[in-house]
Amino acid sequence: MATCLCDAFFDGVGRATVETLEHLGCQVVFPDDQTCCGQPAFNGGDWDASRKVVRHTIEVFRGTEPIVVPSSSCAAMSLHGAPLEFEEIADREGVEDMASRTWELADFIVNGLGVDRWKGRFSHRVVFHRSCHSRGTKSGEAARRLLSSIDGLELVSFPEEEQCCGFGGTFSVGFPETSASMGRLKIGNALASAPDFLVSGDMGCLLHLGGLLDREEQELPRLHLAEVLRDALRNKNLL
Amino acid sequence: MKSKQPIERYAREIFGENRRRAVYAGAKLATEKRHATLARDYPHANHLRRLAGQIKQHTLEHLDRYLREAEQRLRKNGATVHFATDADSCNQIVLDIMRTAKVQKMVKSKSMLGEETGLSEFLLERGVECLETDLGELIVQLDHDRPSHIVRPIIHKDRAEIARCFEREGLGDYNEGPDVITRRARDFLRRKYMEADVGLTGANFVIAESGRICLVTNEGNARFCVAACKIHIVIAGIEKLIPKDRDLALFVNLIARSATGQQLSVYNQFFGGPRLQGQPHGPDEMHVIFVDNGRTDVLASDCREILRCIRCGACQNVCPVYRQVGGHSYRGTYAGPVGAVLTPLLAGERFSEMADLPKASSLCGACNEVCPVDIPIPDLLLRLRYRGKREGASRAASGAPPMGPWALVATKPKVWRTALAASPALNYLPSHLIPIGAIRTWREARSLPKWRGGKFRKWIQERKNDP
Repeated sequence: MATCLCDAFFDGVGRATVETLEHLGCQVVFPDDQTCCGQPAFNGGDWDASRKVVRHTIEVFRGTEPIVVPSSSCAAMSLHGAPLEFEEIADREGVEDMASRTWELADFIVNGLGVDRWKGRFSHRVVFHRSCHSRGTKSGEAARRLLSSIDGLELVSFPEEEQCCGFGGTFSVGFPETSASMGRLKIGNALASAPDFLVSGDMGCLLHLGGLLDREEQELPRLHLAEVLRDALRNKNLL
Repeated sequence: MKSKQPIERYAREIFGENRRRAVYAGAKLATEKRHATLARDYPHANHLRRLAGQIKQHTLEHLDRYLREAEQRLRKNGATVHFATDADSCNQIVLDIMRTAKVQKMVKSKSMLGEETGLSEFLLERGVECLETDLGELIVQLDHDRPSHIVRPIIHKDRAEIARCFEREGLGDYNEGPDVITRRARDFLRRKYMEADVGLTGANFVIAESGRICLVTNEGNARFCVAACKIHIVIAGIEKLIPKDRDLALFVNLIARSATGQQLSVYNQFFGGPRLQGQPHGPDEMHVIFVDNGRTDVLASDCREILRCIRCGACQNVCPVYRQVGGHSYRGTYAGPVGAVLTPLLAGERFSEMADLPKASSLCGACNEVCPVDIPIPDLLLRLRYRGKREGASRAASGAPPMGPWALVATKPKVWRTALAASPALNYLPSHLIPIGAIRTWREARSLPKWRGGKFRKWIQERKNDP
């Protein structure tokens, strides 16, 4: 599942995800009819609209293969959000089937494929923002394990690392002032560690933080985890 | 353009930068202390939180039985038991008890339920001298303010404000030393304790099997309230029950750590009833008022888990939104995540007026992680968002884009692909001409990256054709 953010803005992240998975020996299929996971409407309270989109997504991804998503938040929609909004709904079965096959990328690599050391080189200081939608899952730990195993990569901690970046989907436009203040706080804390890159497994967080950084003309390049993994391989000519 | 959300307007116009900074620091410190005390003593703290949540949930699901058990036990212990359906009837029962006993003076220990029913104002308006004795609550009362935090009522106030208030109310010349302020409050209160006829307290836990009321404080004021008075009145929400005395081992350990980062609160008191014959001290009468005030409706709703809440304030301290906007912006007795759930629910028919509260959350889930009774707060916020949408509450819709058109496009793959492939044209459109309000709002503080719709699909198609 490429996610609508990669579909609309971040094609590079989509490409890096495919290349990373193929390097691991996976055959990647991209169902062309996919759109969005249904999260915006779920998050905004319009569950009737959201269920329509979820039903579409279930149809598109019908089968037995694992569904891998380069985003904790879209994965959480499938794993937790959709089951919640279908609790009292008759056609819950498809939701449960999809949830049983959905993986966030880092979780898939480490806990699905059993790969917990990453080859290649990436000689930079990196701060990792664990997206809040990965709370209570194995994704954050998996991403940190992969990152810290990369030759040359220095994974640095920063103050209040576990705090939310303030994106929150529809919250970012519903409560724009609070959302932006939370983001500025996150940026200040991340910059305190003087990193070369801000890395996250979620383009939602990076869309928001990147938007604030660019608007305020602050220098902090962003990368999705998949891009770091792919670039590390390239840097050692493994890809 | 400035945000029209009531919460953000409050944060911008009244809360302000200095208060925000102070509240942020206090809330952050409390979160860190909580974590340190819990992790040091309990390597598997999450198991404890889940167990406590299950005990509370079990109690709620058998509330009829446990309420009856508690009532019978309390009566056997010599207490009088009352049931109040709403705020007014709770306040009226308190007033009636005092009028029957022909007494006028009350000292009151901290009670969030009392805040909820507006008890102090009700009594003061009817000529009862009703004095708060928790230091923070006393300051709030003297300064005609409202508490902004469940366990730290004056987290939003600085010492200069308090010093000005004490000077104005005749508690001494202007002095902002914390020790001086505390000593003056203590001297002022000591006299009042001795004069009072009635001591009113809340209840942290009511134990069904023994009829004991458990009260947890740090200042000892609840003890003073009850020590010298003739009548002890307890007001307790019906959700305060726990089944057995032995459950206290879990709850007393969790509440102190969660609320203030202490292993144990300084005073843990157990009230078994009024003074018995032959006992030298204690109140002659004890009244326990169980208050519903909307709780049965919450119990019947799909958000009943919120009734597990033991009012520790940990979710408030950890909440990144609360830290930005402060407690008063939630417009209710309870602030932060628990307030965003409870206030709209307790509002009953006025739900729609409070329907913006469940939206004031990034749904980061930190509240659920720290909750000592493991309430799935983000899920409840989402359910309330759905209710706001179903009931057409305008405050629930404020600021968020309508999802109908989006769902239409997202279920028609051809339209979706065409729309995305055309999206790069938006890069050439001046932002004020973009026909989507949410994008304009987004761009007020943030830039938007270039639209690159269709690029990924083209790339993957080319690879398929030419591997």
